[in-house]
Amino acid sequence: MSEAVVLNLVLWLPVVGALLIPLLPRERDAPVYTLAFAVMLVQLLLVIWLFVRFESGVSGLQFATQIPWIAAWGVAYHIGLDGLNLLLVLLTALLGPLVVAGAVRTITHSVKLFYAMLLVLQFAMLGTFLAQNLFLFYLFWEAMLIPMFLIIGIWGGERRIYATVKFVLYTAFGSIFMLVAVIYLGLAAHAAQGAPSFAFSDLYALELALPVQTLLLLAFTLAFLIKIPSIPLHTWLPDAHVEAPSPGSVMLAGVLLKMGAYGFLKLGLPMLPEAAKLFTPVLMSLAVASIIYGALLAWVQDDIKKIVAYSSISHMGYVMLGLLSYELLGIQGAIMQMVSHGLISAGLFFMVGMLYERTHHRELAVFGGLAKWMPVYALFFMLLALASVGLPTTSGFTGEFLVLLGAFYGAWPAFVQGESHYALILASLAVLGVILGALYMLRLVRRLLFGPAQAPGGQPADLSRRERMILATLVLAIFTLGIYPKPFLHKTEQAALDYQRLLLEPTPAQEGL
Amino acid sequence: MALLSPIVVLPLLGFVLNGLIALSGRRDPVALRAVTLIGCVLPLLAFGFAVRALWALEAHPEAALIEPLFTWAVIGEHHFAIDLYLDRLSALMALIVTGIGSLIHLYSSGYMKGDAGYARYFAYLNLFLFFMLLLVLGHSLLVVFVGWEGVGLVSYLLIGFWFKDTLNAKAGKKAFIVNRIGDAGFLLGIFALFSLVGSLQLDIIQQHFLHEDIPVITATVIGLLLFIGAMGKSAQLPLHVWLADAMAGPTPVSALIHAATMVTAGVYLVARLSGVYEAAPLALAIIASIGVATALFAATVALVQTDIKKVLAYSTVSQLGFMFIALGVGAYGVAIFHLFTHAFFKACLFLAAGSVIHALQGEQDIRKMGGLARALPLTFIAFAIATAAIAGLPPLAGFFSKDEILWFALSSSQGGHGVLWGLAALSAFLTAFYMFRLLWLVFLGQPRTEPALRAQLHEAPWNMNIPVLLLAAGSLVAGFWAVPGYLHTLLPAPAIMPALAGWHGGVAGLAIALALAGLGLAVWRYGGSRYQPAPAGAPMAFGLQNLLTNAYYVDALYQRTLRTPLQFIAQHLLWRWSDQRLLDGSLHLAAATARLTARLLAYLHNGQVQWYLWLALLGLVLAVLLS
Repeated sequence: MSEAVVLNLVLWLPVVGALLIPLLPRERDAPVYTLAFAVMLVQLLLVIWLFVRFESGVSGLQFATQIPWIAAWGVAYHIGLDGLNLLLVLLTALLGPLVVAGAVRTITHSVKLFYAMLLVLQFAMLGTFLAQNLFLFYLFWEAMLIPMFLIIGIWGGERRIYATVKFVLYTAFGSIFMLVAVIYLGLAAHAAQGAPSFAFSDLYALELALPVQTLLLLAFTLAFLIKIPSIPLHTWLPDAHVEAPSPGSVMLAGVLLKMGAYGFLKLGLPMLPEAAKLFTPVLMSLAVASIIYGALLAWVQDDIKKIVAYSSISHMGYVMLGLLSYELLGIQGAIMQMVSHGLISAGLFFMVGMLYERTHHRELAVFGGLAKWMPVYALFFMLLALASVGLPTTSGFTGEFLVLLGAFYGAWPAFVQGESHYALILASLAVLGVILGALYMLRLVRRLLFGPAQAPGGQPADLSRRERMILATLVLAIFTLGIYPKPFLHKTEQAALDYQRLLLEPTPAQEGL
Repeated sequence: MALLSPIVVLPLLGFVLNGLIALSGRRDPVALRAVTLIGCVLPLLAFGFAVRALWALEAHPEAALIEPLFTWAVIGEHHFAIDLYLDRLSALMALIVTGIGSLIHLYSSGYMKGDAGYARYFAYLNLFLFFMLLLVLGHSLLVVFVGWEGVGLVSYLLIGFWFKDTLNAKAGKKAFIVNRIGDAGFLLGIFALFSLVGSLQLDIIQQHFLHEDIPVITATVIGLLLFIGAMGKSAQLPLHVWLADAMAGPTPVSALIHAATMVTAGVYLVARLSGVYEAAPLALAIIASIGVATALFAATVALVQTDIKKVLAYSTVSQLGFMFIALGVGAYGVAIFHLFTHAFFKACLFLAAGSVIHALQGEQDIRKMGGLARALPLTFIAFAIATAAIAGLPPLAGFFSKDEILWFALSSSQGGHGVLWGLAALSAFLTAFYMFRLLWLVFLGQPRTEPALRAQLHEAPWNMNIPVLLLAAGSLVAGFWAVPGYLHTLLPAPAIMPALAGWHGGVAGLAIALALAGLGLAVWRYGGSRYQPAPAGAPMAFGLQNLLTNAYYVDALYQRTLRTPLQFIAQHLLWRWSDQRLLDGSLHLAAATARLTARLLAYLHNGQVQWYLWLALLGLVLAVLLS
């Protein structure tokens, strides 16, 4: 079986699963989630196989499929793996079965619809990562909205309608501008090559005038910053998280937030390098501001979910900082940080959900001393919290350390030569996140786990075996990436180098100036 | 065969095994005996391997032993290798950590007996050794930093070991966060070194600073950034506030982590990167100033503390200040010397204090002690020896190292000064005073213990007494090993100001006189039956005592000037105002505007044909009028 076929299988399996769900008997839930779990598990195994087969040190796509689709517009069904999406696809595939396992007790009504939506969401997310054609990318990007909208809107909390409408309006608002940019790029490719094309590879080769690049980047930036989310476009996130059912929160934090950063990485910055250079100070400032702002807001929240939500804003700021460092260390760090945040925030949202299922509360004030009653819960929570703080041997350290080191290292020469100071100052300010991260996370741990034991409704049961398995999987991945990230970084290095080259190498047009 | 990795791996193995037992929840005698055995024997084995490694090193003392473990990451041309490195400095540190660590593990098997978290305790303690050994054996700053963060984590876990008490958990959190402030500085220092040198390996950095021409400003900034990290870990002003609170942890933890080993990591770091500081005289001057300020500050605070562990905690802060004085005048080897002797007598003091607390069933208030020498003779003897050692009485360990510090504070050509010496000597005098005060109030004079308790007083079991006595023996003799001479090839002593050559004897005599004066004053003030403690809750006699008891109100100051404003900014400015009013508010305004517009437009579009006709007519009229 050729790898390309397997990759297609990976992408389309969830759709097959979603189509099979209506055929299942209505009375019982078990066959529904068993099917969903089986689909996700098979998908994960296939992705692991592809990951192993993925060759390091090779530029470009691997296991690609390209089939013309709407030839008149240059739209093709073109998917493939490269170093930029490899780890994100792996992350998505890993979270798939875990989310299904985690949802079993959480989702009690409209079960069939829920798992169908979860599978469709999985399809759309993987499609976004795998797409190698801008038009296809846009289709998947928009398609993600629908299942997420329904998951929050149907299975969410009390203010779910407000939250889901806010989420969709925010995202759609950004997407409109992106759509304009997508269409413009297609037309520009047509004009440049004489044939219509939305292929990424063709779009990278475009030589656009700086004003055009600036406008396009503005449009992309709006869409991506909302998704990451970066301040000041972040206020949809805490609401969406608080209202979403915990499987929804896990997917939202684990994968969806990565889309914005991936957008910058895959198309925004390398397609429009001159404008990117122009925007770097602004974007970098936003990234650092997000790190600090998100951390400070996480510190004063009383809803546990909001703490984790605001911490996401802070942690995703590191991703942006790394991408904008123009330095291999930082870029690799950003990729690591994306995966790491996906694992850690997914774990934390799972854990908040597990507590909520037992007590129907999420306010920090009503809890205390759970380490006494739920030692296993406390252990996992502690491990995830420490990873979130970025302690060595966890993935959080690998990501943060490489990002900060890369940002500093990249900014150093210009600083020493007195050419520009802002980048080094911003990189230094970002280190404040190291302190603030401990501030909010240890506050949460202290109040939740330590002190006299208390919880609404008395002593909650400790974690079940199913819950332990979910968390153990995530913790194992977190420590693997923390202790021995080398093989993973090795697979992504070539793509990170290519990205760096696209950003740094002057295009022929610029040389002519 | 691997020489270095067993030193590190054995405690890690202990952590894993004891952690598994702790997770299993077994508390039967077999499991507990296994915990004790694993917890105590593996560190002792690690000590054995450390001795063996030292043996191998001494065969060729000029060439450090390097043992590569694995490569953490390769990014472009940068290799982040996880290697272990042993030269005389790291060998000495490894011996202190495993040697004193083993004794404290043994002591813990008595002190923590019967605690519900016995297995968890030993798991943490073994984990601490693992990270501390990574810290001192790391070949690159990356490994050092991993150890650095790791010991901070275990310190946090052990301070809050009895987590059901909110105060303990809060103390742990405070320690972690204050240390993180230091870590931020340390990280920036690491980044700057990496940007400058292109490597994080300690020997490469050291060579780079020796042979390259580094701008003074660069070296100074890097030196100070690294020193911020050292200030956090080694509790120097103004980041000292966590150590007194850290006494909430079990007393053997205070001895191991918060006296003998972890808190000296900052001293080790500065000595390890002495090359950086040799290029940065201003950074050295700042280190010396902060060191002496801390030494004096903590010594004055220790004068009035009434909790036996708090006296020792402030004394630790003060003694660490002495070590930084030595570093600040370029006498790195002397700083390590004091680190070495201090590890013995301070661990001894803490363990003996633990025996007292143990005997008094948890009482830590020295106003409720007194006259314990008769019931706890061995503990008393050990405590007295260690007290004489820390006070600097010859020929005990503390005398030699402190004498060298005072001498170089005066005479070093790298920043020695009369004022520095004067303040350090004053601190030494205060040290002798408050330590003998402690000795008298706890062990001598009238018993002030509860009569019911007095009848049950008994000496600690053998597994607690042996470590205490061995450490007391160490406090007696450790000073005879001239550590600065041993480290001379790595950390040469600074030159002496020519004018002062030959004055060392006189200065030493003065130091002895000061120590004796402190002893005399303490005996005069607290000796015999003269001392009557003020009843609890009585108003303080005078303002100065208030000031000292509250450690100069530094905590309250931080609360008012840092925490409260930051909380206000986060809570009100950023969250309530920016997030909710400004961002969400404008969003809601936009939504409301859209809704209003839609409603107005809906009036136009209400489905009544007559209304449309009227509008069409109006439009026609307007068109005609405007044409």
